Amino acid sequence: MLTIIRERLRQGHRTGKYPKVEPILPERFRGLPQLAQNLTPQRCADAVASCPFAALSSNGGKLRLDLGRCLFCADCPAAADHAALAFSNDYRLATSRREDMLLDDNVYNVAERLNKSMRKLFGRSLKLRQVSAGGCNACEADLNVLSTLVFDLARFGIQFVASPRHADGIMVTGPVTENMKSALLDTYAAIPEPKLVIASGACAIAGGPYCDSPEAHQGIGDLLPVDLYIPGCPPHPYTALDGLLRMLGRIG
Amino acid sequence: MNSSKPRRFRNGFVVPLAELPQLDYAIFSESLLAEVAADARIASYFGRPLADGLEIYAILAHDWNGKLSLLRTQVNGSFPSLTPMCPQLHLFERELSEQYGVRPDKHPWLKPVRFHKTWIDAADIWGRPHGKHPVPGDMEFYRVDGEEVHEVAVGPVHAGVIEPGHFRFQCHGEEVMHLEISLGYQHRGIEQMLIGGPHPSTIYLLETSAGDTTVGHATAYSQLLESLAGCEAPLRAQAIRALALELERLANHVGDIGALAGDIGFLPTASFCGRLRGDYLNLTAELCGSRFGRGLVRPGGVGFDLDGTFPQTFVERLKILKRETRGAIDLCFDAPSVLARFEGTGLVRTDDAEALGMVGVAARGCGLVRDARLHHPFGIWEGGFDTPIIELDGDVFARGNVRRREINASLELINQLLRGLPQGPISQPLGPLAADSLAVSLCEGWRGEVVHAAITDASGRIDRYKIVDPSFHNWSGLSMAMRGQQISDFPLCNKSFNLSYCGFDL
Repeated sequence: MLTIIRERLRQGHRTGKYPKVEPILPERFRGLPQLAQNLTPQRCADAVASCPFAALSSNGGKLRLDLGRCLFCADCPAAADHAALAFSNDYRLATSRREDMLLDDNVYNVAERLNKSMRKLFGRSLKLRQVSAGGCNACEADLNVLSTLVFDLARFGIQFVASPRHADGIMVTGPVTENMKSALLDTYAAIPEPKLVIASGACAIAGGPYCDSPEAHQGIGDLLPVDLYIPGCPPHPYTALDGLLRMLGRIG
Repeated sequence: MNSSKPRRFRNGFVVPLAELPQLDYAIFSESLLAEVAADARIASYFGRPLADGLEIYAILAHDWNGKLSLLRTQVNGSFPSLTPMCPQLHLFERELSEQYGVRPDKHPWLKPVRFHKTWIDAADIWGRPHGKHPVPGDMEFYRVDGEEVHEVAVGPVHAGVIEPGHFRFQCHGEEVMHLEISLGYQHRGIEQMLIGGPHPSTIYLLETSAGDTTVGHATAYSQLLESLAGCEAPLRAQAIRALALELERLANHVGDIGALAGDIGFLPTASFCGRLRGDYLNLTAELCGSRFGRGLVRPGGVGFDLDGTFPQTFVERLKILKRETRGAIDLCFDAPSVLARFEGTGLVRTDDAEALGMVGVAARGCGLVRDARLHHPFGIWEGGFDTPIIELDGDVFARGNVRRREINASLELINQLLRGLPQGPISQPLGPLAADSLAVSLCEGWRGEVVHAAITDASGRIDRYKIVDPSFHNWSGLSMAMRGQQISDFPLCNKSFNLSYCGFDL
């Protein structure tokens, strides 16, 4: 017992001060991309063609980036070869609407708070059932991290629960493989109304690296009504936490 | 004896297909069984469809010689199953049936593996409707009948934030007589998407084949491509890869010990390790911007350098982490209440582990010395790794203690790497890939050996790419570990293996 207490004192208090204090992320962390302005049509077309996951498109000659499809690749050819974009350190990426993830003029609308009645229900207590539907376990691992004492998700009243019957919403990771589709829909159906749907990670938003797989759907967009999108491959835990707190109106 | 002595190679070899004899199936079988009876185990076993049948390739590992050997044959329709004589082939043969509609006759356990349609235009051997996607978990489960015998079905959706899979227990009261595991829910069709590559998306599919083993799979793939292109990654890049592999091992092992402690309600270690695991992930993020090592390992080298003040910062941060990790973990391993739960729980006998072809932490916990860093070193590990860690008991404690000791060893290895970081470039361009060739690459990921094999076509494009995640060998070990256990100990046993669903399902 004394050893445990001694070790506890030695390990110290580790819960972060977020959201009062901004987290310090590694210098090489890749967050919200900044698009280069005034690209020549040729450079824009080259950049669009270079993305293997079709995250880039041309919007009347202007470059448009779909953050829902972006994997924040370290060797992004549009950034490295065509200087069409650069990654900033900004981890605040979650949005309320799919179209808000389309970035073309460097104004990015992060997630909005839920309406008043939903906030009244869930603002101080939100229980989530997580379903991995074809994820690679990186999204799942970094959601699990939210329950460690560094993030201590429970201090915001948010918790992952085992039963969908106890849940107020579903948090989906993975592109939704054909083999997980029915289990995902069953789980969603088992959650009592009203309920929230959160798509966490590039796969759940638009299929991620599996967007062309015949064994997977392109995320949950066509299957469930999504309330919160959290981009990233996988999203940084602070990106997920920021999105959740914004949705609940706890920050922002 | 009617067998053929296969040629032997070292890890990272490339062989032109024309130089590989295609054996008659009878000779192939006898040779394979003779090799396994001597000193070999199955590292990989896969098919490649031809116009007039199916080619089968067997890659055998001769650990104590540091060699791999290769056998090739061709079958058509059905062929005698080798599983009854060589149980470690059981999933590989089932996989062939599911992918190409062939039938290994007298396979004792011929069931689907991942529940997908056949990859070629062949009839489904289980007679499932043509053109329709199979229903996952739809198969005959092993069943025990008798008074007071009952069945417990769990999954695919589990209680925690974890991946999906289905577990079917045959129980007598609390005691589990048998556990059957049916996976495939995470099947994304990776191997099929790699055909015709390397595509720009290929590296991302491999980095996410098992997301917690990003560095392991990306390293195996990069080594493979480098072999096919006839070049080597610069020494500095190899050192950075080795370092990232050890960081991946540290993060996962520390997390696993925390999870084991959590499962038996020993909360101090569970809490401390949860935080420490994140600190190791953050170190990887310092290096490459991603906590999982995304973008770090690339064919030809690495994408990020450990330059400037990095090595010094790493040494300092690891010094603190080492003290805190030891404190957190020793607390748990020194507590009699913990040991009482760990010891003797989830036993796998050494013979069973060997027969099932188990690898990695789970095999080393059963006293089997299986570590690709020692037996099949590649690049910087050549002669540099000589301390595999084994435990003899095959229980939860043994698997936990292998991790605990490997954590200490990894910290030491990283220090060594940081002290002797070779100078020079971190990557070099790859030339075209050798045509009509087969290449194999092994890498000791944190769970165990990751085996990648590729066959190229006449234009040097990938014609078949085979991934074997260590979990593929080890899930059967978990089934064995549950025999005679209380069903309430399943979470603890499962955690002590901590296998990958997506790495298995691909």
